[in-house]
Amino acid sequence: MAGVVIIGAGLGGLRVAETLRASGYAGEVTIVGDEIHLPYNRPPLSKEALAGGVEVADLEFRRKAHVDDVTWKLGSPAVTSNLKEGTVTLADGTVLHFDALAVAAGIRPRRLPIPGPQAGRVVLRTADDAQELRAALVPGAKVLIMGAGFIGCEVAATARKVGCEVSIVALDAEPMIRPLGAELGAGMRRRHEANGVNFYLGRTITSFNGTDHVESATLDDGTVLACDIVVEAVGSMANVEWLDGNGLDLGDGLSVDDAMIVEGTSNVVAVGDIARHHNALFSGPKRRIEHWNMPTETGKRAGQTLAALLAGEEVSRAPFSAMPSFWSDQYSHKIQSFGMPGNATRIEIVSGSPDEACIAEYFDQSGLVGVIGIDKTSELAPYRKLLMERG
Amino acid sequence: MIKVSIDMDKCQHYGQCCFEAPDVFALDADGKITYVAEVADDRRDDVESAADVCPMQAIEIS
Ligand SMILES: Cc1cc2nc3c(=O)[nH]c(=O)nc-3n(C[C@H](O)[C@H](O)[C@H](O)COP(=O)(O)OP(=O)(O)OC[C@H]3O[C@@H](n4cnc5c(N)ncnc54)[C@H](O)[C@@H]3O)c2cc1C
Repeated sequence: MAGVVIIGAGLGGLRVAETLRASGYAGEVTIVGDEIHLPYNRPPLSKEALAGGVEVADLEFRRKAHVDDVTWKLGSPAVTSNLKEGTVTLADGTVLHFDALAVAAGIRPRRLPIPGPQAGRVVLRTADDAQELRAALVPGAKVLIMGAGFIGCEVAATARKVGCEVSIVALDAEPMIRPLGAELGAGMRRRHEANGVNFYLGRTITSFNGTDHVESATLDDGTVLACDIVVEAVGSMANVEWLDGNGLDLGDGLSVDDAMIVEGTSNVVAVGDIARHHNALFSGPKRRIEHWNMPTETGKRAGQTLAALLAGEEVSRAPFSAMPSFWSDQYSHKIQSFGMPGNATRIEIVSGSPDEACIAEYFDQSGLVGVIGIDKTSELAPYRKLLMERG
Repeated sequence: MIKVSIDMDKCQHYGQCCFEAPDVFALDADGKITYVAEVADDRRDDVESAADVCPMQAIEIS
């Protein structure tokens, strides 16, 4: 058995498989996932599903009929690989041979080496993580969130909804400051504060305290915060270790070309959160973009690439071009973004103010690079169109 | 004909579908999604794309 092996049974892996079939590839497709679940939607894990109860079956992606014949190998991760020989070995000892490989293994939350008990410290990436966290979110529970990025802020909003006491500790000056900028970040902080969240910004945690289970955290200014559960949401690491020993640069995910082919290989593609790529709409170095819409964009392109490669046809090298887009729900508020606001050197609020519904434009030296709206979804389409015209 | 439906319990009116198939999905002046429930077969690719990019996975096609 050879054909295409896809490592990672998430959104990106699913899109590669669908596109292979839609492009006419009829050979073997095997999707390997370390989770036991079929591909499911992650964003609800910090939002509705975390508030209401995590039913993985409800979160599963619709699987198109033409992927009915792919082979799923779930519950056993890839642990090593030999790209020259075309093999991947799974933790259960299975050796898979491939003609072409798709890397869709995503990222995992980064853990910080902070002294103290481990029990009571959780992360949020998978449905199983969400189930564990959900069980701890009982009314009155003291929830300490490390990190004021999107996942930290969404968990804070959900935990407040459930009736927990919530504190956020983060080194940043404002929540979600990297994409939003200081002003919109401060506006979102005030919304969280109005909903009862306590912020400890510009601070880090130096130790966790407790005998077996975390009972409190000590901050770098000596503050001690009591807590029943700690959610660590301080960034991510790419799941690349199983690719060690193949001479690839694994420093920040996998560098790919416009066809999604991994640099230094001829029959390996990478997609989704793990893929570092150029984008014809925006200048600058290759970047990984951890937004939900990118696995679909990169997965479709990679599927087309592999289908052409395996059919002996010419692979399109046309510049990769896709509009990064993300959204976030916190309380009744909807944040929506298009483009690369994190690249901006200048931000202009063009409608409303940070404490009400508003739109901000983000510029670098090349012009408009992003737009973010808070509770302004229906007014963002023209900005997206302007951004598309950069290409 | 293709039958399109949106699970309105799931839909959060993000409007991503409107970019893929603007003739099928639209945001009205209140920012709510409206859509055409029956479309011609030759629109299948765009309607499938719209379903793919829905963050809430609320679009059903048959
Ligand atoms: C809680 C949460 C909320 C989010 N909310 C939003 C949001 O509101 N808006 C937004 O734009 N984005 C959001 N995102 C980001 C979005 O979900 C990701 O960008 C997207 O899931 C990336 O898809 P992927 O296929 O690249 O990776 P993943 O979905 O992570 O899939 C990769 C899969 O590969 C598996 N894997 C890893 N290593 C191996 C191995 N060695 N062998 C086999 N399998 C392996 C992983 O376990 C995983 O199942 C959120 C993410 C999370 C976790």
